[in-house]
Amino acid sequence: MAALIEVKDLKKDYVNDEVITQVLHGVTFKIEAGEFVAIMGPSGSGKSTLMHILGFLDTLTTGTFLFKGKDAGNLDDDELARIRNEEVGFVFQAFHLLPKTTVYNNIKLPLLYSKAKDQDKQIKEAIKQVGLEHRAYNFSNQLSGGEKQRVAIARALVNNPSIIFADEPTGNLDSKSGNAIMEILEDLNELGHTIILVTHESDTAKHAKRIIKIADGLIVSDEKVNERRSAKNGGELRK
Amino acid sequence: MRLVEEIKLSFSVLRTNKVRSFLTGLGIIIGIASVIVIISAGAGAQSLIINQLNSVGTNLIGILPGMREENGPPSAAFGIIVTTLKYEDAQAIADEIPNVAAATSYNTGMATISWQSNKSDATYYGVMSSYPEVEDTDVDAGRFFTEEEDRGSARVIVLGHQLAIDLFNGTDPLGQKVKVGKEFFEVVGIMKERGSAGFQNKDVIALIPSQTAQKIMLGVKYVNFIRAKINNPENIDRAQEDIVLLLRDRHNIGELKIDDFNVQNTKDAIKALTSITDALKFFLAAIASISLIVGGVGVMNIMLAAVNQRVREIGLRKAVGAKKKDIMIQFLAESITLTMVGGIIGIIAGAGISLLVALIARYLGYNWDLVVSPLSIFMGFVVALAVGVVFGIYPASKAAKLNSIEALRYE
Repeated sequence: MAALIEVKDLKKDYVNDEVITQVLHGVTFKIEAGEFVAIMGPSGSGKSTLMHILGFLDTLTTGTFLFKGKDAGNLDDDELARIRNEEVGFVFQAFHLLPKTTVYNNIKLPLLYSKAKDQDKQIKEAIKQVGLEHRAYNFSNQLSGGEKQRVAIARALVNNPSIIFADEPTGNLDSKSGNAIMEILEDLNELGHTIILVTHESDTAKHAKRIIKIADGLIVSDEKVNERRSAKNGGELRK
Repeated sequence: MRLVEEIKLSFSVLRTNKVRSFLTGLGIIIGIASVIVIISAGAGAQSLIINQLNSVGTNLIGILPGMREENGPPSAAFGIIVTTLKYEDAQAIADEIPNVAAATSYNTGMATISWQSNKSDATYYGVMSSYPEVEDTDVDAGRFFTEEEDRGSARVIVLGHQLAIDLFNGTDPLGQKVKVGKEFFEVVGIMKERGSAGFQNKDVIALIPSQTAQKIMLGVKYVNFIRAKINNPENIDRAQEDIVLLLRDRHNIGELKIDDFNVQNTKDAIKALTSITDALKFFLAAIASISLIVGGVGVMNIMLAAVNQRVREIGLRKAVGAKKKDIMIQFLAESITLTMVGGIIGIIAGAGISLLVALIARYLGYNWDLVVSPLSIFMGFVVALAVGVVFGIYPASKAAKLNSIEALRYE
């Protein structure tokens, strides 16, 4: 069976006023379904660009990107939008919730663009998975930071995607709320969801099962995590 | 299904910025309301004029002095006095045209009419004794003056219903002497209450014999116009032709010369007035619709501001799967919802103002119909929709073109 994601010699250039900036210089790796991968690197290393390409928000310049064995390197805007809707969920550092909108309606957002039936059931299921049943009809601006990020996770889950991308999900949170968020991500991974975490913090990265380190647009290491830090056990290391 | 969601969403967005939405919609409200009011007031004024013409009767033929101008009103309408029409012409029309049931000439003048210390500035008409028959009315008390009194320039007067009340204040006016200008007249009759027709209130006028008006009051030897009543509306065209032939003969107009008079029936007059007032109405509506363009520019301005304010939301929507088309529809739905709500309020306000205008006009005694045509309401909807689309499309396409990654990073 084909890997969920397979990239070979992936390169990305940005052209700005005829100045070409190379961001990714050729990266190659595979991610299987059910993995929990952290992509780590300092800012400017190209990790966000890589996430954007893997998350179908951007396209590559050269190289190969296979998604479920099919070429996904050169899709048009509408096709990218459809795949984002069906296959991908995003959790952002800044939460990106709609203001003055209920938790329920925020989570519903991806379903507005899908043909899924029984949307109400899907939304309630997602709310339950992040433990926000009591907050379903509160407005997003009435929530704490940790709760907001849980709404964002529910929104990422609601379409039952193949991959969840989490871009610095704990970056705007205190350590306690951050831990709670990582615990939810771990639980989702246990349930079979593939999670790709983008972070520059090694403490956060250690919740993943595999860490790909990037610097200056190249992969510098790709290792399984032996000493995993589980949120469930109060952040203790486990082997 | 999606559309319902979009409209619901648009409403919730508009509700969160109530004041801004209202101010933006105000341009549309004013624009649509003024178009509705102008069309309705135009139709009301039109009905007023037509009611007036109808109230004098549709089996009437009017003869005005002066030649007929092609594509234009007779010279009398511009205040030019033409003296070609005579008292004897009216008599001849009444006596010689078979389908004419009755005819009367008219001379008009203004004078202060007084009795004891009571005074009233009134319009008096010098008419013939057949006046009640032509105008389809009668006296309420006393009698109308006779043909003999007319020929003999008798100083007798018949007062309009209201004029009699104003002057005599309860005293029986019959047999009393009133002063009209410098002359004394004996009151012989009071007309029935007739109400106002169009711009004219026939209850406040006075009627005197035609010869008396010409010789004693005005010192002229012509009449202002003649009106003939036809026995049956079906015979109007025939009678009209006969009158033309008779008057040409009487005025010695050679075969190739143009008439020095102008014969019109009520039907023609209604048609001519309708086309003039229609043109005026649509011209005014076109001017009013300029405010809709101003309103539309306001909508575009606010929608552009809304796009800038919601860049991150647009980025998020794209990230979760919205296509360009979806974003486009969302913002278009918002501008259309805004203009449609404005349009509906404008239609209601316009209809309300039109009702008020009609009520005031009726209170003032005009026979004013309230006409808010379904067509103008339908046009209101269509125009509001069109303004929403036309002025919403640029902001919507700007939103749709945003790059999702940049939009998500936008601060």
